[in-house]
Amino acid sequence: MAVVKLFGTWFSPYAYRVIWALKLKGISYEYIEEDIRSKSPLLLQYNPIHKKVPVLVHDGKPICESTVILQYIDEIWPQNPLLPADPYDRAVALFWIKFADDKVYLMSKLYQADGEEQRAAVKEWLEMLEVMEEHVLIGGKKFFSGDEINMVDIAFSFVAHWLGVLEDVVGLEIFEPHKFPRVSSWIQNFKSIPLIKENLPDADKMSAFSKHGREMMLASKSN
Amino acid sequence: MAEEVVLLDFWPSLFGMRSRIALAEKGIKYEYKEEDLRNKSALLLQMNPVHKKIPVLIHNGKPVCESLIQVQYIDEVWHDKAPLLPSDPYQKATGRFWADYIDKKIYDLGSRVWKTMGEEQATAKKEFIESLKLIEKELGDKPYFGGESFGYVDVAFIPFYSWFYAYEKCGNFSIEAECPKLIAWAKRCMQKESVAKSLPGQQKVYDFILQMKKHLGIE
Repeated sequence: MAVVKLFGTWFSPYAYRVIWALKLKGISYEYIEEDIRSKSPLLLQYNPIHKKVPVLVHDGKPICESTVILQYIDEIWPQNPLLPADPYDRAVALFWIKFADDKVYLMSKLYQADGEEQRAAVKEWLEMLEVMEEHVLIGGKKFFSGDEINMVDIAFSFVAHWLGVLEDVVGLEIFEPHKFPRVSSWIQNFKSIPLIKENLPDADKMSAFSKHGREMMLASKSN
Repeated sequence: MAEEVVLLDFWPSLFGMRSRIALAEKGIKYEYKEEDLRNKSALLLQMNPVHKKIPVLIHNGKPVCESLIQVQYIDEVWHDKAPLLPSDPYQKATGRFWADYIDKKIYDLGSRVWKTMGEEQATAKKEFIESLKLIEKELGDKPYFGGESFGYVDVAFIPFYSWFYAYEKCGNFSIEAECPKLIAWAKRCMQKESVAKSLPGQQKVYDFILQMKKHLGIE
């Protein structure tokens, strides 16, 4: 029986956060793919409140919410730490992780929007990217906290990979690399890490899947 | 070197109250600075340029933003007294999960109870009560969310008690009738000096909410 199990979906950025954390620490786990349109009884039992993935189950005990899971993983398996040791540096890292977490909704906001709503969503995306450019990636660092990735980079990963897919799905270019040189460098550095590069959902597959879903959703919206 | 601790805050803020309680639990001397949110100080804008919000904890000149992060930071730096987070990682994870639930669900639903009217308010009220019942279930028969001692989730949630009267008057319902165990827990927490001196009176909060409603044009 596997000691560590992870319930996820193949396209979920939240699930990938946990996958990378487990792999960074060299923890073996059993992965269970969930169909979000038809959730398993086991998932509903482990996460009755939110009924969402990811859920990490460690020795039979469930942990829900990706950021809570990442902190748990970091505390149980301290090798390759995901957060700084110094309390102040850790507080700053947690601030940026919360900032990223509070912005992930921009993915579905843009996905679901058309017309005026879409313009508003794009504006919010650009504001977020500006904060990343002006406040987070200062000091010429390769990654958010220095030369190695940690939980902050993992939290912003939706910008590195999922945003590109979203742009393709909605047919808009939101991220212009020349306007955000630091973010652009960070994305390249992040996606060059072998562990990340080898563990990303296929962009074309996600794009096709999302385009179809979006067409159906927009059609039903106008009816 | 003497520790210099400043808290930029706004008296009815549920989030500010958390940090006040944590600082009081640890017996930390600090300077409380009341912010006028319609006229934010240069210090606030400098210390929290991204969100421009309170509370901001400033420790030896360095800002820590976000109330739950402040509580955790206070707990780590002043770790020799009144521990707030449990030492067991699984219990810590459980605590973080519920603090997140409080912020994502309970806070938003509570806001909708006082900010809306008619059918929208009726829906918000129903969901708000459901969310309170869920967290009451999590409390169970324990004296505190942390078990035998007052801890992280208690700090995260007890500020809401100062807003209960305002929610009840706006929504026309009784939280005690729906969740008696929660009220018993709240009264237990209020017996702690750190909590009693950090929370404003319920009538004062209600008067503030009435002013806000008038200002926002909600009658």
